[in-house]
Amino acid sequence: MSLMTEITIFVLAVFVGFEVISKVPTTLHTPLMSQTNAIHGIVMLGGLIVLGFADDGLEYAIGTIAVAFGAINIVGGFMVTDRMLGMFSKKPKPKASSDGKGGA
Amino acid sequence: MVEAVLKPGGDAATALYIVAFSLFIIGIKQGTHPTTAKRGNLIAAAGMAVAVVTTLLLDGMGNWGLIVLGLGIGTAIGVIASIRVQMTEMPQMVALYNGVGGGAVALIAWSEIRHGISIGEDFPLDSLIPVIFAGIVGSVSFWGSNIAFAKLQDLIPTRPIAAPGQQVINAVLLLAIIVISVILAVDHESPSQGLFILLLVLAAILGNLVVLPIGGADMPVVISLLNAFTGLSAAAAGFALDNVALIVAGTLVGSSGTILTLEMATAMNRSVSNILFSGFGGAPSGGGGGGTGEERPHVSIGAQDAAIKLAYADSVVIVPGYGLAVAQAQHAIKEVADELEKRGVTVNYAIHPVAGRMPGHMNVLLAEADVPYENLKEMEEINPEMPRTDVAVVVGANDVTNPAAKNDPDSPIAGMPIIEVNEAQQVIVIKRSLSPGFAGIDNDLFYEPNTSMLFADAKQAAADIAAEIGNL
Repeated sequence: MSLMTEITIFVLAVFVGFEVISKVPTTLHTPLMSQTNAIHGIVMLGGLIVLGFADDGLEYAIGTIAVAFGAINIVGGFMVTDRMLGMFSKKPKPKASSDGKGGA
Repeated sequence: MVEAVLKPGGDAATALYIVAFSLFIIGIKQGTHPTTAKRGNLIAAAGMAVAVVTTLLLDGMGNWGLIVLGLGIGTAIGVIASIRVQMTEMPQMVALYNGVGGGAVALIAWSEIRHGISIGEDFPLDSLIPVIFAGIVGSVSFWGSNIAFAKLQDLIPTRPIAAPGQQVINAVLLLAIIVISVILAVDHESPSQGLFILLLVLAAILGNLVVLPIGGADMPVVISLLNAFTGLSAAAAGFALDNVALIVAGTLVGSSGTILTLEMATAMNRSVSNILFSGFGGAPSGGGGGGTGEERPHVSIGAQDAAIKLAYADSVVIVPGYGLAVAQAQHAIKEVADELEKRGVTVNYAIHPVAGRMPGHMNVLLAEADVPYENLKEMEEINPEMPRTDVAVVVGANDVTNPAAKNDPDSPIAGMPIIEVNEAQQVIVIKRSLSPGFAGIDNDLFYEPNTSMLFADAKQAAADIAAEIGNL
């Protein structure tokens, strides 16, 4: 890919990013941050590529740590976001439904 | 094992990466509403799975044992952390994730330099410059985030820590980083690995020195800014590795961090550079006019009086601050709200943008306590309602309710948008004492004629009020 193609992609992504993310309400900003942490875990791909060409001890170590760091971001980020969003999507009236069951 | 091997940079691999980043964008787009956000998160996670599997199928992948080792360690830490973390600790967790993300980028940049040198070919500038940038920003993010984490976790004091002449030191460091970057770029036929490592070290020192002087109240801005930095570093790594998924994903994260940084700064009425370089929130400057140590007259009430005021109101607005989270009082406050709603009182929550330790933090804490998100009102939404509100209850919030921000042009927080609780008919402030908040200034609200102070621990006070309302 030429540098100019990459810059084109970058600039378009800036506009898309601002457009989409500015619509996320304040209520969801914390899950947004943990989700972007998870998406940032994409750097794990770099770690995998490093391990692909690594041929000395230091590069093995660097690559393995980078993969581990990326995996922390991906797994931890998506899981904790899921946990938080679960709190927002709880049924609004759990009491009413259990009362209903009790009555029936 | 797997026979279908993709060519790095080939059409098939790129197409799959395009699928991956499209799923990220769709995922974030679904995150614009609480009811679809959970599905959006799964969509983004599916995008990540596509990106990772695609990379594992690339020709030239190797050292599978180490890949499995790294994946195993990272997954184990991620799973345990995400299950164990308390919602009050989310800022720390995001700070750590920012840190490891930045650290990963710095490490990748370093190995790219090593690899380039070992091949012994001319290092093309269009990959060397992104590598240098990724290394610097990654290292700053890693160390800055670690300091932010340590401050949030109270491992080091949250008050600003600054050495004399700090600005000069930072400026010299930044200059040195730029000069070394230029030397590396000019000498791109055989860049020196030693210089690159020096670059990483200087960036590390800069990351430490920039975050150390920042006070606890400014942490929402710092976390958001470091989030933006890690995103940019990932995009830079994408330029270096010619990987379109990294470029787009990194840019999305960078945009998100930038938007949040600007929103937080606006909510404090301060510029980002002012927050980064002024060490606000240190010694009490006594700006509110009450710094003489003389006690100003105020009204103090007990839980029973508070319960009566609340129970006979038509509309109540609860204004939670971080103190509520510290006292773990969100569940007790929800009980108060439940008791009031049983009596037909309308209860809403007014959330200041910097009410927690990170953007949107208070909303998560209240959602955890089963408060429906429809009742969480943003500042702009609730302020016009304040004059029609019978009782505003301030729990663990301080500076964000200080009318001095509007009325006193000399106040250090002058111009900061506030929740205008002083416009409500009556105000109840639940607080341990009259002590100032993070800004270190006296809160004029406490001395207004329609304000009653309830001196108690937030959790205990809320539990008492709920019980008293129940007895009425």
